[in-house]
Amino acid sequence: MLDNLVLVLSITLMYSTPLVFGALGGVMSERSGVVNIGIEGMMNVGAFAGVAGSYVSGSPWIGLLCAGLAGGLVALLHAVASITFNADQTISGVAINLLAPGIALFACRRMFDGAAMSPVVNTLPKLVDASGLGGSALSSLNLDVTVLLSPIAAAVMWFALYRTKWGLRIRSVGEHPEASETLGINVCRTRYACVILSGVLAGFGGASVTLAIISQYTQTAISGQGFIALAAVIFGKWTPHGAYLACLLFGFTQALTVMLGGGSVVPTHILAMLPYVMTVLVLVLFVGRSVAPKADGVPYIKGSR
Amino acid sequence: MNTTAIKVLRKPIASAIIAILIGFLVAAVVLASAGYDPGASFAALFSGMVGRPRYVVNVIIKATPLLLCGVAVAFAFKVGLFNIGAEGQYILGTIAATVVGITCDLPPVLEIPLVVLSGTIAGVLSGALVGWLKAKFGIHEVITSIMFNWISLYLCNYVVSLDVFHQPNTTGTYPVHGSAFTMILPNWKLSDEGQAALANLPVLRDVLVRCDVNVGIIVAVVVAVLIGWLLRRTKVGYEMRAVGLNKDAARFAGINVEGNVVLCMVISGALCGLAGALNITGISPHGISTLAAFENNGFNGLSVAFIAGCSPVGCIPASLLFAGLIYGGQTVQQVMGAPSEIISIMIGTIVFCMALGGVVPMLAERIRRSRAERVERARELAAKTGATPASPAGEGDAPKAVDAADAGAPAAEAPSGAAEPNGSNEKKGADGDAR
Repeated sequence: MLDNLVLVLSITLMYSTPLVFGALGGVMSERSGVVNIGIEGMMNVGAFAGVAGSYVSGSPWIGLLCAGLAGGLVALLHAVASITFNADQTISGVAINLLAPGIALFACRRMFDGAAMSPVVNTLPKLVDASGLGGSALSSLNLDVTVLLSPIAAAVMWFALYRTKWGLRIRSVGEHPEASETLGINVCRTRYACVILSGVLAGFGGASVTLAIISQYTQTAISGQGFIALAAVIFGKWTPHGAYLACLLFGFTQALTVMLGGGSVVPTHILAMLPYVMTVLVLVLFVGRSVAPKADGVPYIKGSR
Repeated sequence: MNTTAIKVLRKPIASAIIAILIGFLVAAVVLASAGYDPGASFAALFSGMVGRPRYVVNVIIKATPLLLCGVAVAFAFKVGLFNIGAEGQYILGTIAATVVGITCDLPPVLEIPLVVLSGTIAGVLSGALVGWLKAKFGIHEVITSIMFNWISLYLCNYVVSLDVFHQPNTTGTYPVHGSAFTMILPNWKLSDEGQAALANLPVLRDVLVRCDVNVGIIVAVVVAVLIGWLLRRTKVGYEMRAVGLNKDAARFAGINVEGNVVLCMVISGALCGLAGALNITGISPHGISTLAAFENNGFNGLSVAFIAGCSPVGCIPASLLFAGLIYGGQTVQQVMGAPSEIISIMIGTIVFCMALGGVVPMLAERIRRSRAERVERARELAAKTGATPASPAGEGDAPKAVDAADAGAPAAEAPSGAAEPNGSNEKKGADGDAR
């Protein structure tokens, strides 16, 4: 019993960690009023840049930094389009989702002789690795360091958004940019900062797959996590803590799927739907209407009313 | 740059063409920086697209589901909904068509409509559920659509795993019954007389025998035109566009917003389901297979819609372009050894530039305005110089003085007129408008 619980905990945290970073990125950008559909693409670039950084330097931490940097750079594209040029943010995000995985895979093929996957690289250290304690109930406990980093990031972000002047400014820019501007807040600069930060976080999310869970970059390393993260943003009603919990719930249902998968009456493919069905059900039954930040997705044109 | 150029730049098609050019430019730069010859790569790309009649037909076949999904996304976007669930609705269409096509064996007259309709209905149900959840519970369509995409994917894998449908030793189902096929002359082209007839027509032979030529594209084009007509020319379409532009204003005007949201998702889902069904009846293997990841027909529909600037009819060329790039991109990898991801980079750039699309008309507007300002300045100058002799005559009536000076300006103030030949043209036009 205990070992099952430990296993569920391990899997829950493992699945949810990359989602948390992606979702926090989404919250950051959308709270400042910029819809970010491109999280998936930014995570993909981060996943590759993390591996590339670790491969070249030998240090996974440098890899993690590279991932953040790469995600931030891709986000800069989104920022330029949606803030400076008042582009349609959804379309720009979709473009990022096409562009970024293309760049990542192109770079991967160039770097590793045409292979669509990288060699295995040094990964981030484990927080807890109890596999040595064979036989004991805790032996399935296996936590990456990113598992600890993700709630820290969520907590820092919560503090920044709700307890600092800067956070208040971000939220006001996302709700009513015109009013913010009259109070002397630079809407454009605030949004740029948030969107770039959102890319950095998404990059970390990508790296927390490739530098912690699977230790190499493959074409399918990021397949849909960015979209799930996007759903978690809305699920968590655009708050860091809400998004964190939403990701945990999603990770938990994944763990349940794995646990029930063994020798069961329910066919595996039907079981695999569980996380997605549960998400919709929880939304319908407990969460309900979600209201986006008022200026989310609306380009801010200075001087217009 | 003259006024006609500015007018052309303000048309949406101009942004699309500029976006495509920039896409090629960026791809060329990336290819060159990676050490491949861009010219040769593009040559390979185009030869892979249009090099043989068969390639062209394959591009059209590939464009069919993209066109339908693109129209579905574009249509929903006009109503203010982002149908990221096109992928799932497409998959559901293929599942339903396969299940019905394997289970029922009727004469083609009944079988084809039945199979196609069942696929469409599967898409409708999925779209309706998303729309209903949004209208009734306020649940964001993006979350439900993303979840339904995955649910559809696993449902597909489940159906493939069932003994009734699973073809042993493959990863797929049995094909649907032959009576559901929508290819053009599927049996005749393989029969002896067909082969004999085609022997003298190499082009037709290349096209017919070596590809699954089917009627899907005709259906898709008709649907695209119909949806365009629905949006622009009917009351329903008018209401829907009103909902998309401003929900609150639409509600205030007495439009049923919730009803239109559901209806829009129903139509959008139907189109994606139809795309799935037509792929089952139209191209081999005429069944579904286990999906390890999404096949991206629906997701690519998003890109098609955005390249088309969300115009349903515009999706026709956009889907052909998209399918051509994807299909021809394989040749780039074969011939040049350049990663075919260059195509994703190119398409991504094109869509990105389409997102920036507002910039081109904005620039055109800015050019027009700066031109107008310059004209204004020239006019003031002319007025000043022309007004000096005229000033004693009518000091009290300023507008008249300006007008008089204005009329005399080109003749009286030759140097300024010569410096601004365009300006004087523009001025006449502007004055004409003012009066």
